[in-house]
Parts: sequence; C-alpha cells; structure tokens
Amino acid sequence: MVATQGAVKNSKIVGLFVVSLILLVIGLGAGIRSFVVGHMEAYGVTREIPWGVLISTYVFWVVTSTGLCLTSSIGHVFGYKPMEPVASRSIFLAICTILAGFFAIGMELENPWRLPIWNSLSPNLRSNIWWMGTLYGAYLFFMLIEFGLIRLHRHKQAALAGLLGVIAGVAAHSNLGAVFGLLHAHEFWYGPYMPIYFIASAMMSGAAAIIFFTWFAYRFSGREMDESTVKALQVTGKVYALLTAVVIFFTVWKIIASLAGKPHGKWETIMAFLKGPFAFNFWVFEVFLGLVLPFLVVVGVRARDINAMALVSGLALLAIFVMRYDLVIGGQIVPHYAGMHIYGLPEYYHYTPSLSEWLVVLGSLGLFGALFLWGEMAFDGHKPIH
Amino acid sequence: MFKGFADWVKSLKNEGVEHIASEERRAFLKLGLVITGVYAGGKLLSVVSRVREVYADIPEYVDKYPYKPHYSMVLRTDRCIDCQLCMEACRKTNHVPPYGWRTRILEQHLPSGEGQWTRRFMPILCNHCNEPPCVRACPTRATYKDPETGIVKVNVKKCIGCKTCMAACPYDMRYFNEEKRAIDKCDFCWESRLSKGKFPTACAKACPAGVRIFGDLADPNSRVYQLVHDPYRAIWVLRPSMGARPNVFYTIN
Ligand code: SF4
Ligand code: SF4
Repeated sequence: MVATQGAVKNSKIVGLFVVSLILLVIGLGAGIRSFVVGHMEAYGVTREIPWGVLISTYVFWVVTSTGLCLTSSIGHVFGYKPMEPVASRSIFLAICTILAGFFAIGMELENPWRLPIWNSLSPNLRSNIWWMGTLYGAYLFFMLIEFGLIRLHRHKQAALAGLLGVIAGVAAHSNLGAVFGLLHAHEFWYGPYMPIYFIASAMMSGAAAIIFFTWFAYRFSGREMDESTVKALQVTGKVYALLTAVVIFFTVWKIIASLAGKPHGKWETIMAFLKGPFAFNFWVFEVFLGLVLPFLVVVGVRARDINAMALVSGLALLAIFVMRYDLVIGGQIVPHYAGMHIYGLPEYYHYTPSLSEWLVVLGSLGLFGALFLWGEMAFDGHKPIH
Repeated sequence: MFKGFADWVKSLKNEGVEHIASEERRAFLKLGLVITGVYAGGKLLSVVSRVREVYADIPEYVDKYPYKPHYSMVLRTDRCIDCQLCMEACRKTNHVPPYGWRTRILEQHLPSGEGQWTRRFMPILCNHCNEPPCVRACPTRATYKDPETGIVKVNVKKCIGCKTCMAACPYDMRYFNEEKRAIDKCDFCWESRLSKGKFPTACAKACPAGVRIFGDLADPNSRVYQLVHDPYRAIWVLRPSMGARPNVFYTIN
C-alpha cells in the first residue's frame, strides 16, 4: 500500500489515524443502529424541528469543502502562483470533508438507499435539494479527477477539472443555501440572502481549514514548513481576514434586517440569538471565536505568524460548526402558528441532539480524520510538486 | 388611505364585528374587504377580501378551480367544541399511529378587551395548497399534487426521508411514519374513502357540530362553493403571506 512509502509516518500520526477509525466505527454503529430501531427512537429531531444536528453537521462539512475548493482555486485554477503549494492538500481536504458530509446526511436520511434510484428516475427540477445533491455529486467527481491529475503532474488538465469543480461547487453550494432560503415557511431563512451568504462563509471556512490543517499536518509530523508553504499560508491568511470581514458585514446586516420593523419570524429568531436560548452560542462562538477573534488576530499579526493564525483558525472551525447548528436549528424554532393566540404554544420549539446523533457527528469527524491522515501518509505530506 | 385604514383597525381593540359602524362597514365592503374583527399577532388576518377573497392578490387564482373535482374544505371554526371525534375517526380510518396526527384541534384564546379573551377551537389539517411548498421542495416527487383532484399525496416508495417537505410546510402538516418508512399526511381520505366511492372525509362525517364542510369547489352547487362565494361571509385562510394558496378555508357563522 502507498501509505507505507511516505516519509510522513510516525507513531503520532498512525495513532491519531487509529483513533479516527475508532470514531468512525462508533459513528457508523450508532447510525446503523438508528436505522434498525428507527430515527424517531434514536434521534432527537421532531415533527416541528425535522432538521437537527446531522443536517447542520452536513452543512458544516460541505460548506468547508466548497470553501476549500474555492479558496484554493485562487492558486491552482486561477494561476496565482504563491498559493499553489497548498493546492494538493486543499483539494484532498475538500474531498475528505465532502465525504464526511455525505456520511452525516446518509445517516440522517430515513431511506438513503432510495436516493440514488429516485433521484435519477423521478427528479424534481424545481427542488433545490435535488439540484444540491446532484451538483455535489458532480463536484465530488471533478474534485477526484482534479486531485488525480495534480498527483500525475498534469497541471493544465488539473486546472480545467478544477474550474469545473469550482463551477459545480458554487452551483451546488448556492443551492444548499436555497434549500433553506426558498422556504417561505421559515422567515429567518427566507430570501436570496442565504445562497449568497453561504458562498461567502464557505470561502471563510475554507481559508480557515487550509491554514489550520496545513499547520497541523506539519506540526504533527514534526516537519519544518518550507518557505513557499509559509508564503502560501500567509496569502491564505489575508484571504481569510478579508472573508471574515465580509461575513461580519453579512452578519451585521442580517441582525439589522431581522430587527428593523420586527419582521414576523425573523425577529423572534434573532431575539433567540441576541438574548434568548442561542445567545451563548451566538456571542461566544459565532461572534467572538468565529469572527472577531480571527479577524483581530490575523490582522494583528499581519497574516505573518502561522502559529497564531492556525490557533484562531482551529477555534474558528469549531465556531463555524456552532454557526451552522444555530443557522439550521435557529431557523426552525418559531412555532408555525405563532402570533395566532394559540393556547399552550411554546415561545420557541425545542430540540436537543440525542446521543446517537452526537455519535454520528463524531463518526463523520472520524471519517474526515482518517481520510486526511491517510492522505498525509499516502501522499507524503502533499509535498509540493513542481 | 391604507395608513388611515391601518390606524383605524388598530384603534378597534378587537371589539368584534358588531361594533363596527355601518358606515365604515360599507366603506370597506366597497373596497372589497370583509371585516371579521379577528386579530392574530398584529397580522391582519382580520380583514380579508370579499368573494375573490384569499387568492385575490394573484389574479390567476381568482375563481379558477383547475381540478375536477377540486376538493376543498370549509371549517366553520366557531362551531367546534373540541370533542376530537374527527381526530379519532381520522386515526382509525387512516391508521394514524399514536405518535402522529393528520388533523388536530388548536385552542385559540382571542383577546376580547382588557384582560379578557374568548375561547375558540380551530381545527387544522393539510390545506392541499394550490402552490404547495412541500411539493416544490421534494427532490424525488414522492410528494405530489394529484393532477385530477388537487389532493397532495405521498408516493411512499419514492420517499427518501429527507424531511425537506416537513421543513417546507408552513402549517406543520406532515410527519414521518415509521411503519410506512415515509412521510404521512392528510390526503382528504383519498385512499381510505374517496377512492372507494365513500363521501365525505372521515373527519367531516364524524363531526357532530357540522364544522367541517367538504366538497368540490369547482361545483357551484356544492356547499363549499356557496360558503366561499357568499359575499357577506368572512372567509380566510391560515398564514396567507406564505403564498401557498390553501384549499382549506375558515369562516365563522
Ligand atoms: S398544508 Fe403543508 S403539507 Fe399540505 S399541501 Fe400545503 S404545504 Fe403541503
Ligand atoms: S421526506 Fe420524502 S416526501 Fe418529503 S421531501 Fe423528502 S423525499 Fe419528498
């Protein structure tokens, strides 16, 4: 097996690889058990909040994947040389993250085996979720091809496959935004904001992921980062700061738009974020760890200090996970018949992820970790190829 | 004009229809509006357009009933006594499991002056919307609108269980049925009754108070048609801002 040939292979990496595999097996077991006993029994989702932590985890992974693809394309698709050294790992990470996402949603669907059959035999072209699924399939295909071509040193063709991947990724990802954005039923999501916001926040997540995982790969295998990789991460850091600023801008306007004139549904949701049940998630994770801290630190070190940037990027990835959770769950908490004087209606619907759901989330992390670390070993730390 | 109108409505304090001066009432009838005196969370569910009522904002829906028969239900909501016989009949007829429901009764406490309220029961069921968000969202067309009757149905074997339709329905009308491994919802008793030539739906049949009037909205002789087209009757639908164009209408006697 290729895995044994690389220089990047030490007991730490192998150990973490094994831990990842164990997580994967646990998650897989929990997921399969849930199919057997029924999701109603195993999962915390309800009639009122049908989309739970597995959907938000899926969103987290695919947002990150699209972001990895988009942000790294600056180098290998659009020919900005300084970013090329991180291309191979970024593309590979994009593949790992999308597969982790598919894992999470695969365990969330009640009948995933019907998906390939009826998605093709009975497509609904008006359905965003149909487009999203189909386009992400195409996206994965292009990313695999691109990665293969990069490994084969066929950079011209790789760039072409990369371009197709970027197009499929943007289309798929904006459709994911539209899966939420085109649902009138949930005012907090409704509107063209979501598809646009999803693209911006994807690039932000992608930049954070490139910085964190590249740093991590070197750190963990005890190697020195070469000059060109440091440069590439510094450029990525600038992109990261810029996109964090963009997402801060988006977030500020989302808040203002949800407050001004107390729009029904939006207002109740934003209140849950600002000072209700989601306030801790919102202020501590989303605002502080996800946006303000990375922005200040990356700008503060002028995108030079890789260690500092990696630290805040790692924390930001955690925060982005929470961000996705808040977005998915928060959008569903306002009761359908709110404001109609219904007796006994709660102020907000309530959802708590079940143990099985958390185990599947860990399983998706395990799958990601196992693939990522295998890639480090198999492709020799994604050594820059010239 | 509409600003003045809004101010005026606000000043009403839900006094009820009786208290509206006949002059003003006439003014609004001229505008094509009926005043019901019902408030809901600051939303003007209270004023609905007359005759062309609830579809009126999109002309292509007005008075056009594309299905044959165009199944529809009118709920005379103030008659409901919350006996829940409809729910029971539905459960039995359609094999609805204990963890789910296809129809239920909500209890409204409508403000009726300082610190006072009146109780009213409000049955809800799938609205078999003309623009059903659930149908648009379903990736595999497992949920579809029957081209003949307009009933929104589920093709069990195509349902992948993504629950997008549940998230898409503004009315909370869908649940995942573990036994069927698919979404289940009201189908106006198509499978259990209508398709077998039985009429009307189980809930309408079971209701002792005559709340649920079921029939063909495309047929001018049907009771639903006459109720919906009665120019002196207030008719409304739930959450009209969703744009789903429900085929279940509400009225009070
Ligand atoms: S009420 Fe809900 S389930 Fe019924 S047709 Fe309308 S959107 Fe679909
Ligand atoms: S849960 Fe079933 S019916 Fe609902 S959108 Fe998904 S596939 Fe369609």
